[in-house]
Amino acid sequence: MKSLDAPRVRAVVRKELLEFRRKRTIVVTMVVLPIFFLVEPIVSIFVAAPQGSSAALDHFVILPLLYMLLIPVITPSTLAAFTVVGEREQGTLEPLLTTPLTSQELILGKAAAIMLPTLALSYSIYALFLGAVRLFAHPAMASAVFHNGAVLLALFLFAPLVAGWAIVVGMAVSVRASEVRVAQQLGTLASLPIVGVVFLMALNVIHPTFKVALIFAVVILAIDVRALRIVSRMFDRERLVTGTRATKS
Amino acid sequence: MSANTTPSVSHGTKIESALVVDKLTKRFGDRTAFSELSFEVGYGEVFGFLGPNGAGKTTTVRALGTLIAPTSGSATVAGISLSPKNGVAIRQRIAIMPESPGLYLRLTVSENLEFFAGLYGVHRPAARIKDALEAVNLVDRASDLCGGLSKGLRQRVGLARTLLSDPAIMFLDEPTSGLDPVAALEVCNLIIGLRQKGVTIFLTTHRLDEAEKLCDRVAIMNQSLRTVGRPDELREQLFQRALVVKTLAPLRDPDQFFAHLSTVESWRSELPGSYVLSVSDPKVAAPEVARGLVNAGADVLSIAEAQHSLEDVYLELINDDAGTGTT
Repeated sequence: MKSLDAPRVRAVVRKELLEFRRKRTIVVTMVVLPIFFLVEPIVSIFVAAPQGSSAALDHFVILPLLYMLLIPVITPSTLAAFTVVGEREQGTLEPLLTTPLTSQELILGKAAAIMLPTLALSYSIYALFLGAVRLFAHPAMASAVFHNGAVLLALFLFAPLVAGWAIVVGMAVSVRASEVRVAQQLGTLASLPIVGVVFLMALNVIHPTFKVALIFAVVILAIDVRALRIVSRMFDRERLVTGTRATKS
Repeated sequence: MSANTTPSVSHGTKIESALVVDKLTKRFGDRTAFSELSFEVGYGEVFGFLGPNGAGKTTTVRALGTLIAPTSGSATVAGISLSPKNGVAIRQRIAIMPESPGLYLRLTVSENLEFFAGLYGVHRPAARIKDALEAVNLVDRASDLCGGLSKGLRQRVGLARTLLSDPAIMFLDEPTSGLDPVAALEVCNLIIGLRQKGVTIFLTTHRLDEAEKLCDRVAIMNQSLRTVGRPDELREQLFQRALVVKTLAPLRDPDQFFAHLSTVESWRSELPGSYVLSVSDPKVAAPEVARGLVNAGADVLSIAEAQHSLEDVYLELINDDAGTGTT
């Protein structure tokens, strides 16, 4: 990746956050979507009566907790899908490309601007959920949740990694898509691998141990960095402006 | 706001021109957008780039602005050689206003300008934004959302945006397109103001009256360059000089009458009592024609040199293309 100009990246982040705040649909979507992913954990931990030994309960709460990892995956997909094709549709992409801003700076700035509200929202929901568990859940269930310190830690540590994955996939789709709606629909596909991993854990195919978490963290981080570079390379100014790929003489 | 008019040094050679284009060509597959363009634009010059729709004007601006890569040829933009590795450096020294200003409609005028000032790394952005808004008479609308502005006001915000970075060259792509006459006049007046401040402007337009009023020189293109020069030079190149003579009543035998005048090369009548005389020097011919008409007993209404507009030049060249099958 070429050298980045931090003030230009900051300018993109500031502008994006300002635009998010002014778009009511974005704010509503960002807040409403995660609620759907709280239904399963709430039902499992607050509604279901605790049954079995404390070891069994410890194991029972892992899946509802991991289910909440879908919040940082789903939340940014709509925003990420809008990044490039949205600028193109509203006619702001060409003026943006006439500035000294590089493709990498634009991609990084937009990714950072989506990451910030995603993490703020995800961590707020996690904190509220855990606070509610501490205060209102059955003591045996609350004990089981807080007994899974490693899973809780993973929840917080994995949030930026899986959000990064969703953002990069959404932006890759946005660079290539011809319209926002298509990009948003395809962008949600980013959640499939994460859903798959949670599903495999539910079926006990993958056991959530510290070693597994570490391996997953390293792999996702490597994929995120690599994918960010690929998206930067996919960002072909000529194709975005004219709809035609650059040709060599 | 002063324009950056300092000539740059490239490869040890002092570059006097803001823009040097040499045989620049762009093809999209089999389709040629423009071919073998060669011209220069001096610092402080307002250069008009004229042509019909689809002539390649916007594509030329995009190529010179590093948005698209030319297929062949070379160019030096603001003293920097046009190449992908110089993209950032070139874009730092120029400003482009596309046909649609492309503003963020949910942001205010100030917020839009702050964003672009950040992208150009403008020092003391608040002062520069104030200067730019003053230049386009929009200080009192700084806090308005761009979505609430009329098209004309948005164009003015677009112009303010191009002023932020004090560019060596401003590319204005059809800046009055789609504007009503009053808004178009306001934009023209702003460009005149910039011209007086010595800003180098590359103006693409198909409004010929606008080009004639604003530009020091114009290029007329239709995929390839048809001509470049000052509007008066182009008129002289293309049209024979002529006198327009109007009489109260038609001459009895104009053929015989004009044949006796040594300074008249040929003549034609457009309306009864109105004659266009081809002459080599109107100042010499006019007195002879006036004397002849008076001696012949004609009631002379007027004798004046025929004025060809830039539109005449343009139509002559573009119709020529249509005649030869070039589009």
